[in-house]
Amino acid sequence: MIPVDYYLFLSLALFIIGVIGVLTRRNVIIMLMSIELILNAVNINLMVFSRMWGTVDGQVFAIFIITDAAAEAAVGLGIILAFFHNRETVLADEMDIMKW
Amino acid sequence: MQTLNQALFIFFAVLAVASAILMVTRRNIVHGAVFLITTLLSTAGIFLLLQAEFLFIVQIILYVGGIMVLFVFVIMLVDLDVSMRLVQFNRQWIVAGALALVLAAQFLFAIWAGRGALRLPAMAAEISPKNTEAVGDALFSHYMLPFEIASILLLVAMIGAVVMAKRRVG
Repeated sequence: MIPVDYYLFLSLALFIIGVIGVLTRRNVIIMLMSIELILNAVNINLMVFSRMWGTVDGQVFAIFIITDAAAEAAVGLGIILAFFHNRETVLADEMDIMKW
Repeated sequence: MQTLNQALFIFFAVLAVASAILMVTRRNIVHGAVFLITTLLSTAGIFLLLQAEFLFIVQIILYVGGIMVLFVFVIMLVDLDVSMRLVQFNRQWIVAGALALVLAAQFLFAIWAGRGALRLPAMAAEISPKNTEAVGDALFSHYMLPFEIASILLLVAMIGAVVMAKRRVG
């Protein structure tokens, strides 16, 4: 039997890679994809704890997280498209029209 | 059976982490999207190892088939060539590294503190065919209100995405 820790370590690795991706990349689309990666890492945790307790509550929460990810991707990509139409860029540090 | 499970876990875990690293570091966004798809598929394999068959298929159909197609579609709509020639990383390596270290320390401490309680029950002899039924039961009885809120969230997100992506006329 694979210990629970291994799944948690896998989830931790994916989570940290996602955090580093969000913080260091300049491309907004890669940042959004890193956020998807973070949500996915959380899903692994929910799944292994659901298996550990023998209930399906964790799986139901994972469904809600996937719903959130879909909503976030749709709105986020809509914002990126609108911004690209206006400014012709997808770089996060070019998004400074509100800056004085 | 046990060794097969372990081999599959190691395969999926290594594949997931390797393609996640590649996703974050690639210059070409399309390559990044393909590597993210690989990560999501390996995670689906992990779900199957954890006997969550319904989430396995939801992950493939909804994440890989829905969300990632949306990502690739938007990548095709924005200009790739210009952004590929620019600097890909900003200068926040120190902040990112520090935050990653803090997060890792917190998480490892949590695992260490709960190490006695982290035991998986033995795997059932045959795969239960009732996983989807159990998830549906929980979703439509105990989690009815969150389910309705999630559907309203999806409706709002749909309207928001249409309004955001609409071309302004005039």
